[in-house]
Amino acid sequence: MKQEYTITVYTENQVGLLNRIAIIFSRRKINIESLNVSPSEAEGIHRFTIVISEFEEVVRKLCRQIERQVEVLKAYFNTGDEIVWQELALYKVPTDEVAEKLQVERLLREFGARAVVIRKDYTIFETTGHREETDKLLAVLAPYGLIEFVRSARVAIIKASNGFHEKLKEFEAVEPASELIENEFLNKQAEVFSM
Amino acid sequence: MQAELKNLSSATPEQPIEISGSQAVLEAFIAEGVDTIFGYPGGAIMPIYDALYDYHDKLKHILVRHEQGGIHAGQGYARSSGRTGVVFATSGPGATNLVTGLADAQIDSTPLVCITGQVFAHLLGTDAFQETDIINITTPVTKWNYQVTDANEIPQVLAKAFFIASTGRPGPVLIDIAKNAQLQKFNYTGYKKCDHIRSYRPKPIIRKSYIEQAAALINEAKKPFVIFGQGVILGRAEAEFKAFIEKAGLPAAWTILGLSALPTDHPQNVGMLGMHGNYGPNVLTNDCDVLIAVGMRFDDRVTGRLDKYAKQAKLIHLDIDPAEIDKNVKSTVPVWGDCKETLPMLTALVDEKKHTEWLNTFHTYTKQEQEIVIDKELHPASGEITMGEVVEALNELTGGNAIIVTDVGQHQMVACRYAKFNESKSNITSGGLGTMGFALPAAIGAKFGAPHREVVAIIGDGGFQMTLQELGTIMQAEVSVKMLILNNRFLGMVRQWQQLFHDKRYSFVDIQSPDYVQLVKAYGIEGNSIDDRKNLKEALQKMLDSKDSYLLEVMVGKEDNVFPMVPQGCSVSEIRLK
Repeated sequence: MKQEYTITVYTENQVGLLNRIAIIFSRRKINIESLNVSPSEAEGIHRFTIVISEFEEVVRKLCRQIERQVEVLKAYFNTGDEIVWQELALYKVPTDEVAEKLQVERLLREFGARAVVIRKDYTIFETTGHREETDKLLAVLAPYGLIEFVRSARVAIIKASNGFHEKLKEFEAVEPASELIENEFLNKQAEVFSM
Repeated sequence: MQAELKNLSSATPEQPIEISGSQAVLEAFIAEGVDTIFGYPGGAIMPIYDALYDYHDKLKHILVRHEQGGIHAGQGYARSSGRTGVVFATSGPGATNLVTGLADAQIDSTPLVCITGQVFAHLLGTDAFQETDIINITTPVTKWNYQVTDANEIPQVLAKAFFIASTGRPGPVLIDIAKNAQLQKFNYTGYKKCDHIRSYRPKPIIRKSYIEQAAALINEAKKPFVIFGQGVILGRAEAEFKAFIEKAGLPAAWTILGLSALPTDHPQNVGMLGMHGNYGPNVLTNDCDVLIAVGMRFDDRVTGRLDKYAKQAKLIHLDIDPAEIDKNVKSTVPVWGDCKETLPMLTALVDEKKHTEWLNTFHTYTKQEQEIVIDKELHPASGEITMGEVVEALNELTGGNAIIVTDVGQHQMVACRYAKFNESKSNITSGGLGTMGFALPAAIGAKFGAPHREVVAIIGDGGFQMTLQELGTIMQAEVSVKMLILNNRFLGMVRQWQQLFHDKRYSFVDIQSPDYVQLVKAYGIEGNSIDDRKNLKEALQKMLDSKDSYLLEVMVGKEDNVFPMVPQGCSVSEIRLK
């Protein structure tokens, strides 16, 4: 069954990497529903948060393709119950309309919204939450001459994650193999095989 | 200038030497052991070519006739030598002409470092003359690419490029260098090879438990079957692979990119997989109980219909690229890692066995294939010359010691099916992308990559006409390449499909050829054309005896088909012998 997955990708900060990651989806005709790029908990490491609707099997393969990219350190995928996520929305409405016809106080209380800017001509409200929550406020404001609406990409925290610091140390170690591998042929690696 | 060049290796962070970005590129090549560059100059790469003028005694530059020819030559060089191929092209059209070769190298995991010139950094994005966004154009078909706008970056970026191209699962890297960076003087502090990039893990960590599970499966198996690909060659693991299959007594079949990793006459080599592969390996894929895939990626031309592919078998998949595990076929035991390391670990744990009866099952199928297909193909009594008998005659004369470069189509399948190989890195073909026009330039590169070996390019009349401008390269570089055109006056593979699946509606497959002997003569290359089988061996011998390049055109059956064949959408066990 297709369901919503949130993919978290830890990367180097590199020009062109966004394209490299994006084409992994577009090549397979998969639509990215939401994309956010930001710094992460580890210094110098960036964090992509990508939301798509797909089968688990497909998402697993996509993550392996993403990890193949030279500047990607790690890609995780999670379902909604494994993460805590938020989206931020901004609403610009005519101040007169809202002041006269809406009970602004009720609005702020019920939707956890706050007014970011109040001017004579317009007011901007902001709310954060899940899609349904920001949608609800949108529905309430729509009849009052909504001038502009914008919603941000999803940002998500993985509940089970201990952060990337330890993982990063592993990546920074020159020798990733913890166990010594014994192999009589390894010393002759450069020799060209011939019969 | 010469005296100045010699000193550059003494540059250190404490005692930097001022050089240009262009010189830094060439210094990087020398430090990386590059000896040959295939390229074509142009406006935006002129500073590098100017610097190259002073390096002509250290770096051989082969002037090709088209950038596609240059990159295919780079691929041929990489495949015959096992080293990284190096290619130069200018910006704009020069760079876009590389795209086919990049895609080919990406899908066939060929290590390349391509340098393209780019317009001055201040002109980027202005639609300047010969400006094209080659970084974004090539992103899907490169393992890594990078644009340099400051000469200070050049030593580190090139070190990264060579490291990325050649390690892990190899692939093409493109470095786009703006003209100002090529001209810019900077303080060169010496070249340091790259051996670690924190975000890049060329070799996955080997998990011993998987090796143990894999060995247990193999030891319990009654009908184990090994299928191998180019990973064995790229991992330089031919000896480890042979030791593995010999100890466990495993029959082994190859994908066309794996061909030559195991000598063709090895008693456990049971033949070719896939659409035009051998009968036994295809049918018995759906009969074995444990399938051991080594360094191969289950291309659809190998698997046929996936939902009917080896469903009865437990699958052990050895691959260096974690993205290949479970991509097309779900594995029972995934053995991530470099097969150079994992194969000996596996060999140590498997029991010594023979599996004689199981191996004989393959031979039973070989016998049937022999009677219905192979005998007629290799030893026809009458009629037109067949492609198979040309390859068979070539086998006799070369003893299986030549490098065979093939193009794409019927002749490619026939050559891969019947050519004999004693040595690894001897079969060079465009497998994944199926690039017609690959063989002629790739053969030029292959000869530079293995100058002591005989290189025979087997090419169809269609593919030859796609890149025949490279005859000029052969002429000028005085490289010895034997060109064997199998001419059936058709785009044969498409015609075969039209015959079998489109009611013989031969839509635009009837292709005319020039007089090839006259054509090569114009380039100062000797040639011959034959259509009578009694002249075949003599003509082939003459071609092989020639010290210089030579073209032999053999007129073959106009409407011959390649069999066996797994029709598209069918399972491998539904392979047709006629």
